[in-house]
Amino acid sequence: MEAGIGTAVGTAVTTLAGPVAAQAISRESTGLTVRLKVNGTEHDLALDPRTTLLDALREHLHLTGSKKGCDHGQCGACTALVNGRRINSCLTLAVMHAGDEVTTIEGLGTPEKLHPMQAAFVKHDGYQCGYCTPGQICSAVAVLQEIEAGIPSYVTEDLTAAPQRTEAELRERMSGNICRCGAYSNIVEAITEVAGRPA
Amino acid sequence: MKFDTPAGSNPIDQLKVVGHPIDRIDGPLKTTGHAPYAYERHDVVANPAYGYVIGAAIAKGRITAMDVGAARAAPGVLAVVTHENAGPLGKGSMNTARLLGGPEIEHYHQAIGVVVAETFEQARDAAALVKVTYAREEGAFDLAAVRDSARKVEQSASAVGDFEGAFAAAPVQLDQTYTTPDQSHAMMEPHASTAAWDGDSVTVWTSNQMIDWGVTDLAKTLNLPKEKVRLVSPFIGGGFGGKLFLRADALLAALGARAAGRPVKVALPRPLMMNNTTHRPATIQRIRIGCTRDGRITAIGHESWSGDLPGGQPETAVDQTRLLYAGANRLTALRLAVLDLPEGNAMRAPGEAPGLMALEIAMDEMAEKLGIDPVEFRIINDTQVDPGQPDRSFSRRQLVECLRLGAERFGWRNRDPVPGRRRNGRWLTGLGMAAAFRNNLVMASGARVRLDRQGRVTVETDMTDIGTGSYTIIAQTAAEMIGVPLEHVTVRLGDSRFPVSAGSGGQWGANSATAGVYAACVKLREAVAQKAGFNTADAVFAEGQVRAGNRSVSLAEAAGEAGLVAEDVMEFGDLAKRYQQSTFGSHFVEVAVDAHTGEVRIRRMLAVCAAGRILNPKSARSQVIGAMTMGVGAALMEELAVDRRHGFFVNHDLAGYEVPVHADIPHQEVIFLDEVDPISSPMKAKGVGELGLCGVGAAIANAIYNATGARVRDYPITLDKYLDRLPDVA
Repeated sequence: MEAGIGTAVGTAVTTLAGPVAAQAISRESTGLTVRLKVNGTEHDLALDPRTTLLDALREHLHLTGSKKGCDHGQCGACTALVNGRRINSCLTLAVMHAGDEVTTIEGLGTPEKLHPMQAAFVKHDGYQCGYCTPGQICSAVAVLQEIEAGIPSYVTEDLTAAPQRTEAELRERMSGNICRCGAYSNIVEAITEVAGRPA
Repeated sequence: MKFDTPAGSNPIDQLKVVGHPIDRIDGPLKTTGHAPYAYERHDVVANPAYGYVIGAAIAKGRITAMDVGAARAAPGVLAVVTHENAGPLGKGSMNTARLLGGPEIEHYHQAIGVVVAETFEQARDAAALVKVTYAREEGAFDLAAVRDSARKVEQSASAVGDFEGAFAAAPVQLDQTYTTPDQSHAMMEPHASTAAWDGDSVTVWTSNQMIDWGVTDLAKTLNLPKEKVRLVSPFIGGGFGGKLFLRADALLAALGARAAGRPVKVALPRPLMMNNTTHRPATIQRIRIGCTRDGRITAIGHESWSGDLPGGQPETAVDQTRLLYAGANRLTALRLAVLDLPEGNAMRAPGEAPGLMALEIAMDEMAEKLGIDPVEFRIINDTQVDPGQPDRSFSRRQLVECLRLGAERFGWRNRDPVPGRRRNGRWLTGLGMAAAFRNNLVMASGARVRLDRQGRVTVETDMTDIGTGSYTIIAQTAAEMIGVPLEHVTVRLGDSRFPVSAGSGGQWGANSATAGVYAACVKLREAVAQKAGFNTADAVFAEGQVRAGNRSVSLAEAAGEAGLVAEDVMEFGDLAKRYQQSTFGSHFVEVAVDAHTGEVRIRRMLAVCAAGRILNPKSARSQVIGAMTMGVGAALMEELAVDRRHGFFVNHDLAGYEVPVHADIPHQEVIFLDEVDPISSPMKAKGVGELGLCGVGAAIANAIYNATGARVRDYPITLDKYLDRLPDVA
């Protein structure tokens, strides 16, 4: 069947309307070869050396959850995790990441089995148009890990004490991820819930 | 179905599904990255080539030569399309400037070509090799400088009583001028399209709020019959009015695909967007209010100046002033100047958003002159009828209720009416408020509803979901009408093969589109009842069954092997003329201003909204908090800086055009009044997505005044405009 949006998740991710053709990664004729490990799977790609990590994910691996909002590191929509740390994937070249462990939004959870942060975003309506959402969620997951690891931020008052999961810390650390729909208030509630503090 | 008498009771009133804060049904797709946006259609288009758009480097003049030789010879290049080889093109009826410029150039970054190559990197590289020679002409780029040349336009003009006489005679007068800057939609998803030709027919997977407008204008531009054009736009990464119209990405993807002989996708690079696409035009607004000493408005006048390209439109910033407050003598007028800046057009709450930014500061100033509390001053001047046509009443108007409830919940009584006196450490604090007002528009809207042999319902309409929650409220509507669980409804949107809907704009989408689904569902109920052998009037639809008397039939059985299909369009009669339909609200804001640096922090925000039946309080609340956030941007930071020599917006990316980020926005509160409006539609709902923006900027401006005593009348309120007026630091 042709898909639409239903609450039954199974129907929602079937094929969409129109001609569907087999995928072919066919653009690497003149490229540099690189082995990328994305969401636990290794891929051998031959890439134009100018290809950003973001475009390697979106155009070559067809992992389009990472979004291109600006291509200049200004919006955060492309946020992915590289070796556990968040990164603007538009600001780094794919060939620089041989051997790195890349995790994208697709690697966190699926429509059938949401990551707790994804579930919290749905529950708190922490998104509207959805375009910045994967970046917000990848950032949010990383932010909690950064606080856990004791990494301070601009608003951390005491640099010698362990940073806390306060709303001020979350807002500061999430400020590289723009949401023009303005879901910030709900996003902070979603992250706060996952962080284990009352929303 | 024609809606021309106020709605009586109907199945929506059951509120078993409608009216509940249900999670968005598209949430699992969006939060996992599985919702496919326009540039990501690997599922339907294999191996597209990449188009990279070239923008004009002058604001006005002519291209005298284009050398595309080096670009054509560059690695991977498949085609270069410019005005020289694009063939004859029409212009969309919704477009002011042409989407492919040359040889004449109408504005900076007007698209003048697209380079198509095997890869994005090759297309971008080759695009930089195109050499363009221009003959630049002088243009008009400064609204203030051309203000006196602006012509009066009929739109939004009104005159009631004797404004000039009453204003001159008023014991208390205010006469002030306010300015709002050019603003950019800055939606997160750049305009993007993937186009594929099949013979002489083209399909464009795109990001567009108004599918039928887009089809009509793409067909017109390509000189094709409308049936040869299909647009598909199931997910849209934000629009705010910036994706109401056909834009260059769609046209150039289609032209590029035709030239290259294979599918092509095009996204506007972020730095091209702000000059290539539309923006909210800057305004200069003069407001005059005359009052009696006890605070009754006797004269109210609002005039606004804005500019646009030749053939363009004014920003209708005076509209709300015709309807918001009482007063026997009234004047509104718009003047439009010719500017050679990029095309001005609608951005979220066009008219009211910038209009209330000015009017609601003026009301605050007048309240202070009168020595009357600003909330009370607005209540004194409430009107339950259209002040220009007193025999025409509002369908529902609960402005006073919004004001009173907001004041109570926000702790307004704690506000110090004398500004600049509340100090807490380094922070000066202040409270501000404003009224919110936005008209409720209705648009004809169609839908098709299918019932299959499993008793499942599928809704198809070309309605779009731009983050507004359309998928979810349409599913809720169909579930309520047909009596099935929400899980049994599938919603398919944004395809021009589906019935034409209201689309997303002007906050008309939710009420109009669900009314269209209601109409189709009424027809489907008739078909089901007939099939089951019931009188439609007697049939009750609930729990997957249709019942009448003591007999019941399952919907699956009634649908049979072939299923049942119904389609209808909701058309609206003259109720919008007979009654004034508007939405109302109040905004309350607390700010803290650094006593030394002038830095503003928003501490608290509350909106109270009266907007008819709220179809889904969760997604409606999100619309309002998002609008409040955009209002913070308008108040404090958003301004397209005009280069008045060369005629372009200088800060044309997300680093230079600042929008609110997480750290700028506190927890936000929204209260919806319990309201139904049977005059708006059978859904008894009204729009809310723009109401939330209307008035926010002024509430913040008024709070900053209350905190500091510095009145700023030129947005955005950046600290350079008041740093020298902060209270002395003791």
